[in-house]
Amino acid sequence: MTDEGRPTLHLAAHFPGVSSTTAQNSSTSGSHIDFGTFEHLARTAERGLFDFFFLAEGLRLREHKGLIHDLDVTGRPESITLLNALAAVTDRLGLAATVNVSFNEPYELARRLSSLDHLSGGRAGWNVVTAADAFTGENFRHGSCPDRVDRYTRAAEFVATARELWDSWTPDGRARPVARAGRHFAVEGEFTVPRSPQGHPVVIQTGDSDEGREFAAAFADVAFTRHGDPKAGRAFYRDVKARLAAYGREPDDLKIMPGVTFVLGDSDEEAQERATAVRREQVSPQRAILVLEQVWGRDLSSYDPDGPLPEIDPDPEAVLAQAGAGAGDPCRTATRWRELSRRKGLSIRQTVIEATSGQSFVGTAGRVAAEMAGYVGSGTADGFLLVPHRTPGGLDEFVDEVVPLLQERGVFRTRYSGTTLRSHLGLTEPVWKG
Amino acid sequence: MSRTRSLHLAVALDGPARYDADHYTDLVTLAERGTLDFVTLGDSFARPGLDALAVLARVAPATRRIGLVPTVTTTHTEPFHVSTAVATLDWVSRGRAGWGVGVSPTQAEARLFGRRPAAPTDELWREAGEVADAVARLWDSWEDGAEIHDKETGRYVDRSKLHHVDFEGTRFSVRGPSTVPRPPQGRPVTAIDITGAGDEGRRTAARHADVVLIRASSPEQAAALRTALHQDAETHGRDPSSLRVLLSLAVDLGESEPRPEPGLGGYSCGPRLTTPGSHYSGGPVELAELIARWYAADAVDGFHLAPIAPHRDLERIVNGTVALLQHRSVFRTFHPGGTLREHLGLARPANRYALSKGSS
Repeated sequence: MTDEGRPTLHLAAHFPGVSSTTAQNSSTSGSHIDFGTFEHLARTAERGLFDFFFLAEGLRLREHKGLIHDLDVTGRPESITLLNALAAVTDRLGLAATVNVSFNEPYELARRLSSLDHLSGGRAGWNVVTAADAFTGENFRHGSCPDRVDRYTRAAEFVATARELWDSWTPDGRARPVARAGRHFAVEGEFTVPRSPQGHPVVIQTGDSDEGREFAAAFADVAFTRHGDPKAGRAFYRDVKARLAAYGREPDDLKIMPGVTFVLGDSDEEAQERATAVRREQVSPQRAILVLEQVWGRDLSSYDPDGPLPEIDPDPEAVLAQAGAGAGDPCRTATRWRELSRRKGLSIRQTVIEATSGQSFVGTAGRVAAEMAGYVGSGTADGFLLVPHRTPGGLDEFVDEVVPLLQERGVFRTRYSGTTLRSHLGLTEPVWKG
Repeated sequence: MSRTRSLHLAVALDGPARYDADHYTDLVTLAERGTLDFVTLGDSFARPGLDALAVLARVAPATRRIGLVPTVTTTHTEPFHVSTAVATLDWVSRGRAGWGVGVSPTQAEARLFGRRPAAPTDELWREAGEVADAVARLWDSWEDGAEIHDKETGRYVDRSKLHHVDFEGTRFSVRGPSTVPRPPQGRPVTAIDITGAGDEGRRTAARHADVVLIRASSPEQAAALRTALHQDAETHGRDPSSLRVLLSLAVDLGESEPRPEPGLGGYSCGPRLTTPGSHYSGGPVELAELIARWYAADAVDGFHLAPIAPHRDLERIVNGTVALLQHRSVFRTFHPGGTLREHLGLARPANRYALSKGSS
C-alpha cells in the first residue's frame, strides 16, 4: 500500500540478456558482460524506485543441431557474485538471482544467499527453479538429475532446509545446530551466518504448472508469470491467490508479477512502428530459420527466410530430443503457422515475427502508465517484471517517462519507505521459528 | 633471475567474523592505499562468517587497483560453479580476481553436505588439482574475441572460438564450455597455501598455482622450499619464473618495541620469528627491516602478512612498514598496472584452445 492507502504497483527489472526479447545487434546495444552494463541498469532501476533487479540463469550454453547456438546473446556473469558487486553501487534496490535447486546443495546456497542479504543490507531475492535436464547435468558432479515428478518435492525440501538454516540462529545471536535428514538432503551442523537483515531472503517462483502454482502458494513471496494479457492474467491471479489459504497465508503474502515487454513512442503509431522495428532486429533471417528448425525438428537451412513455409511436416521425436519437454505439439504449431502464413501472405521470417510476437505494452508513456495502473487493484497483477529490449539503456525511457506518470496516478511510490526488499514488497519479516 | 625482481606484498583480512560490508571495504581501501598486490580472505563452510568470495565481490566496485583473493574450497563445491564465480569476480573487479584453492578436510564440513565422508588430505589435494585444471580449462573455453555481434547474420558469437572442455576427473566430469566469457585476466590468479597440504598439496601448487604461500623460520629454509617448488614446476613443464612464492606471516604489531627473545628466527637482536616461523611480533619498522633482509637474500618473492588485529595492524603495516619500504625503494609507490597479474609481473596466459588450433 502507498502512504495514502491506495494499492501499489511493484516493479522489477529483468536484465535483457540471453533471450529472444533482446535486440542485441542494434547500434545502441552495449556489452552483455561488462560490469558497467549491469551498473547502469541497476542504477536506473533504483532511480526509478523499482522493487528489485532480476537475473535469470543458464548453466550450459544452448546448442542447436549439436552446435553451440550462436544467434542469441550467450554467456553471462554468475548471478550471486554479480549481485554482491551491484550491492556496492546501489542502496535500496532489491537484488534477485535465479538459482536452481538441482545443481546446488542447500547448505552452500543458503550461505551464499544469506551472505548477499548481509552484504546488501537486506536486499536479496532468490528465484527457485528446478530445471534438471541431463544436458545441463553434464557440467556437474551429479550428472543428470531427479525425475520430473520429483522436481517440486526436491525444491520444497531444498527451500525448507535453507529456511531451517536461516532460522538456526536465535534472535540473541546464538547458533543452534541443525540436524536434518530428508529424502534428498542431509544437513548436520551449525550454520556460520547469523540471521540476515530480512530474516529470509525473498523467495520467488516461476512456473505455470499445477505443481508450480502450488509451490508458489506454499513457499513463495513473489510469483513471476508469463500471463501478461489481462484475461489470462486474471485467471492465473485468482487461481494462485486462492491456493494461499490452504497454507495459512493471506492473499497479500504473495505478489504476482507478470513478465512484460514495452515499447514507447511519442505517439501510439510511432510506438507501433518502433515495436515492428524491434521485432525485425530480434528475428534476423538466420534466426527465423533457427526458430523454424526448433519447431520442425529438421534441418531447414536450405529454405529461403523470405520464401514460404516448408511443405514437409515436423519430426516430433526430433523436436522432443533436442528441445526437451514443454515445446508443445509441433504438428499443431506447424498447422497454425501455415494458416497464419496463408491468410496474411507472410514469408518464413514474417510468420516467425508474427507468431512469436508479444509486446505487452506498446504506446505513449501515458497509454502504458494507464494500462499498467489498470492492472493494479483489478485482480490481474500486483506489479510487473519489465523486460527491456536493449542493453544497457533499455530501461532509461521507462524510468524517465512512465514512472512519473505512475506516481502522478498514485499507484507507484515516490520514495523508498524502507531499506529491505521485503519492505518494498510490503511483506512482513518471516517469524522466527526456533 | 632474468626478470627484474620486485617485492610483492599481500595481506590477509581474516579476523573475528564480521557481517557488514563496510568493515571489509575499509580494510581493503586501506590496503589499496598501501599499494599492496592483493588481499586474501580465508573461508571454510564451518568457519563463522560470510562467504569469502561474496565479500570480495561486494568490495570490488569500491576499490580500483588491489587484487582480491578469496578462498574457495574444491571439496564440496561444483567445479563449474567455482569457475563461473571466480571468473565473475574477475569481471566485476575488471581483472583483479584471484582464487585461494582450498580443501575441506573435516568431518564437520562433510556433515553439512551429507554427500560424502571426510577424506584424507592427499586425496582432497589430488582432487583440488583436478578442479584447478578443469576450472582453468573452463576459463579458456571462450577464446578472446569470441563475441562478434554480427549485424548482418544476427550471430552473437563465433562458435568456432567456443570449446567443450570435456574434462574427466576421478570424481567429476565437466562438459563445458563455460557460461561466462573468458575473464579479463584470461585466468584469474590461482593461489595455494601449502602449509599443512602435504606432498600432494605441494605438487598441486607446483602444477597449478601462480602464487604459492609458504611458512619458514629462516631465509635459508624459505629459499630451499622455493627452489623445490621451482623444480617441481619445471618437472610439470612450467616456467619456474611464472611462480611467485610468498612467505605467510602472522603479524602482531601491538608491540612498539621489540622484546629480545634470543635464539628464535636466527637473529640475535631486532625483529624475530618464532618457531616454526609463522609468527612475527614487534614494531612496523622492524618488520620492514625483516622483509627487506629476506628479500635481499632472495629467499622469497614477497610476503603475505596476516594481521592479528586486522584494523590496527593493517594500519601500521601501511603507514609504517610499507611507507618505510617505499622510502628505501624496496617497494613500489603505485600499482604498476590495472590487473592483479600485472601487479605480480605475470603474463596474461595464452588460451590453450587458440594455441592448439594454431599449431594444428
